[in-house]
Amino acid sequence: MAINYIYPEFEVVRNADRCTACRVCALQCANGVHTYADGVMISDERKCVACHRCVALCPTRALKIVKSDHTFRPNGNWSGQAIEEIYRQAETGGVLLSSMGNPTSLPVYWDKILINASQVTNPPIDPLREPMETRVFLGKKPNGMRRNPDGTLDTRMSPQLELKVPILFSAMSYGSISYNAHASLAQAAAELGTYYNTGEGGLHEDFYQYGANTIVQVASGRFGVHPDYLEAGAAIEIKMGQGAKPGIGGHLPGAKISEDVSETRMIPQGTDAISPAPHHDIYSIEDLRQLVYSLKEATAYRKPIIVKVAAVHNIAAIASGIARSGADVIAIDGFRGGTGAAPTRVRDNVGIPIELALAAVDQRLRDEGIRNEVSLVIGGSVRNSADVVKAVALGADAVYIGTSALIALGCHLCRSCQTGLCNWGIATQRPDLVKRLDPDVGRQRLVNLVSAWNHEIQELMGGMGINSIESMRGNRLMLRGVGLNQTELDIFGIKHAGA
Amino acid sequence: MVIDAKQYDFQALNEQIRAAEGDVTVENCMGHRFIAAGASGRTITINGVPGNALGCYLNCATVVVNGNAQDAVGDTMNDGRIVIHGDAGDAVGYAMRGGQIYVRGNVGYRAGIHMKAYKDKVPAVIIGGHAGSFLGEYQAGGIIIVLGIDCPDDRVIGEFCGTGVHGGRIFIRAHEIKRALPPQVRCEVATDEDLASVRDYIRQYETCFSRKIPDDGKRLFVLSPNSANPYKKMYAVN
Amino acid sequence: MLQKEGKVRIPSGCAISGVFAKDGRRIPGDLVARSMTTMHERSNGLGGGFAGYGIYPEYKDLYALHVFYDGSDAKAECEKFLDSHFEVVNLSKIPTRKTPAIKDPPLIWRYFVTPIHNKLKDSHLDEKEFVARCVINLNHNYKGTYVFSSGKNMGVFKAVGYPEDVGEFYRLDEYAGYCWTAHGRYPTNTPGWWGGAHPFAMLDYSIVHNGEISSYDANRRYIEMFGYHCDLLTDTEVITYIFDYLLRKQGATLEQAAHIVAAPFWSTIERKQGREREELKYLRNAFSGMLITGPFSIILGFEGGMMALNDRLKLRSMVVGEKDRTVYVASEECAIRMMEPDVENVYAPRGGEPVIVRLHEGVKC
Repeated sequence: MAINYIYPEFEVVRNADRCTACRVCALQCANGVHTYADGVMISDERKCVACHRCVALCPTRALKIVKSDHTFRPNGNWSGQAIEEIYRQAETGGVLLSSMGNPTSLPVYWDKILINASQVTNPPIDPLREPMETRVFLGKKPNGMRRNPDGTLDTRMSPQLELKVPILFSAMSYGSISYNAHASLAQAAAELGTYYNTGEGGLHEDFYQYGANTIVQVASGRFGVHPDYLEAGAAIEIKMGQGAKPGIGGHLPGAKISEDVSETRMIPQGTDAISPAPHHDIYSIEDLRQLVYSLKEATAYRKPIIVKVAAVHNIAAIASGIARSGADVIAIDGFRGGTGAAPTRVRDNVGIPIELALAAVDQRLRDEGIRNEVSLVIGGSVRNSADVVKAVALGADAVYIGTSALIALGCHLCRSCQTGLCNWGIATQRPDLVKRLDPDVGRQRLVNLVSAWNHEIQELMGGMGINSIESMRGNRLMLRGVGLNQTELDIFGIKHAGA
Repeated sequence: MVIDAKQYDFQALNEQIRAAEGDVTVENCMGHRFIAAGASGRTITINGVPGNALGCYLNCATVVVNGNAQDAVGDTMNDGRIVIHGDAGDAVGYAMRGGQIYVRGNVGYRAGIHMKAYKDKVPAVIIGGHAGSFLGEYQAGGIIIVLGIDCPDDRVIGEFCGTGVHGGRIFIRAHEIKRALPPQVRCEVATDEDLASVRDYIRQYETCFSRKIPDDGKRLFVLSPNSANPYKKMYAVN
Repeated sequence: MLQKEGKVRIPSGCAISGVFAKDGRRIPGDLVARSMTTMHERSNGLGGGFAGYGIYPEYKDLYALHVFYDGSDAKAECEKFLDSHFEVVNLSKIPTRKTPAIKDPPLIWRYFVTPIHNKLKDSHLDEKEFVARCVINLNHNYKGTYVFSSGKNMGVFKAVGYPEDVGEFYRLDEYAGYCWTAHGRYPTNTPGWWGGAHPFAMLDYSIVHNGEISSYDANRRYIEMFGYHCDLLTDTEVITYIFDYLLRKQGATLEQAAHIVAAPFWSTIERKQGREREELKYLRNAFSGMLITGPFSIILGFEGGMMALNDRLKLRSMVVGEKDRTVYVASEECAIRMMEPDVENVYAPRGGEPVIVRLHEGVKC
């Protein structure tokens, strides 16, 4: 047998005094870490992904997972991870595949931006007693007033999406996540008065009933796309790119194409679902206009069209092009956005932080006088309500949350989605695992999370003396930077704290 | 109903077509895009040159073009039939999931790219002449037939035919396949069973265009994927 | 070193006052100046100013440009520009009175002008837009020049000082007009720059304003998409531009403009019916970048009318009264009583409810 070069990353610590060998851990771990032999539990730590399912369900709290302190000879250049990745590739010849968002320590700009509050010169507002509005409309806004022949105001507008909270659930396909995860998202979106997004895997027939709160996605693979699907949603999103893997397509392995997923995607069971890197009808910006208008024509101009792109170097110019392509909403996904699977090198090295992309795009669209042509939704690691407030103040109309929503559903960010063995019933199609996620519980946890954030957003707005979210949108005077250099401050269009 | 396209831009023309009852004939068509987008249950006849994305998301309507068509004919088409009495441009039948497209003459690059099939929904693209490169790239299902009428063997398909295929079949009529094929593609002479499965499409082609397949000694080859999971061994879990 | 207004944003509190004769009767300027003395505590001596309408009947078809200069070089540069774009019918220093409390005045000049016919024709702009662009250009690009009034048959007078001293300095007792608005400023910094005082004006629109708005940067970044430059970073400036954009460029009615800047809450809109609801929803959604939040009370002066408006939560005080075809508005009732002791129907308008007065039909001023 070949030598195994890789020492397990985690240690399973089992307190023998507490363990009753009840075997719950063994039953719960789809990775097969725990086994029962000769009256005791033993662990195969090589298989542990630190998802904490066993820890959470151990009735005597006998288990904990700790990071192994096993080490290579310390080296400032060659980290243990860098060395182990070489071992992996030397052994398999494979492209390294990871999941969820970029975990590296590149700057998180949200944490270097601080929010203002009113003191004396104007009053803070108490959201518990005074009205505090967080309703948002997404869609084109007119660039001036039009009148009917009789002189009255022409109040017709391009189709709009109305959100009670400035938060939507971002695209996660059925296939990459489970039926129960989709059911939780769909029901929560309906209850919250916002939207969830089908992702590129089509729409399961059970979820057509939530169509009024659904954004249906059209990606390069066009899975499950047909006229009824387009009609089913409140809006259509064209996926051009994803923050976790800009410039490459998607690849759902045949193993994840269960009978139900195959029916929804309308491809045979067990075959790979491959999304090409580009849409093969879009090789240039004028082709995007063609796809946008083909979808508008197919739905008789009743649905807003969202174009989702990854945040890349030239994002401001790209967004300007999209705004002129007929799109109603631009969604930008930053380089920390999650994924069910992406090549590690792409995930960790391609794209730019969403904070910078957002600031650049909002300013560029204003400089060109076309900010009203589109609404701006951003995602790619919005972790809490303060991130939402900072995003809106930088210029976003609303935010997409994906990873935060999954964490609410129980995800522990073990970043092993690509294995399809999610012990929390989220990123898996195995029926015994899927049923661990109860959609009623999932719905409630998502509703709780977003409602809590909305209260916090209202508190932060009230502190600034703002009682309507549109007065916070693009209100960069409410932000100050800490520890940012002048170039960064200039891109954000904010001053340093104290200035 | 007859609609003269000359006086309308594409939005107005398509609005007229949607509003009209029953079958429609469009005269003087000149680059009007998205004709018959998502249309159902009617026949739309076009005299002239329709613009890009003709019959995109087509549901179960019939579209007949008396002339050539441009790019992206039948993009993401769901059902129904498109008949082109001429040539068609690039990306014919992109991501098509059902229905049939008949092209009398030639098609450009990337025809039938990412076609897919599911149960009884089996799309088909039938091309009378030759096809450009990347024919059937990423094909996941459905049938592409290139008849190569009056066309030398080295022209009938271009480069990289069937790259990344993991479903469906491509039929090519030629004396010999002269182009190199990617490793994911298996190429065989069609069996009687294969021939039986496409006979109807070929007959339809002959009827549509009143054109006989010449008796020129060409054989029918069938290209099919080696594997439903072409990239399985490519990755290492990290 | 303290930064000048425009380099830094200076929040300020204030007092405002306004008087409007619906019959077009000409009211002397010192009346409104006197009203400000009762609200002395609301200012801190760092800015005061007035706008008078109907004060230049002899030049009523000409744009009256009031300009501050830092020095004679700036004046020469500006006049070169004016000569190449306008026919200057009359120019003079604005007469002032030596007032101990008013210190370090800049050069203050007044020009009555009309655009040069061919220049206007070549610009393909309407006359007002031509004038507005010239003013924006001068203020944005000409160092040491600041055009602080540019309407017809109206004028702004402002300085660093208490409003009553500013009125004395500008000899307002020698002017008379059908409408006057006044402002006393309480800035939280001491820029000592006259241009930063209020009212702020663009063409015949002038704004006096009390309160620090919380939506400032959202409003500024929105309106700057339409060719405006918010050089002063003040609330009053951005509010003036919003009204100029809505009323002049978009042809909105005053009510529609009020329903945009002080839009009703969604819950209020939902209780409305039919056409009214549809229009309110449209205005709020379509022009949400011009919603102003935070405390404000404003008086908008314009040719032939005046509008007073509170923010939708009514976070600032404002009272209205009437007597003998004359309407009075002020931050405090005492200021109104100072102008008209027997004023009737005194009331405080609700938040977001515009009070609009106009000259009686047929009245020419």
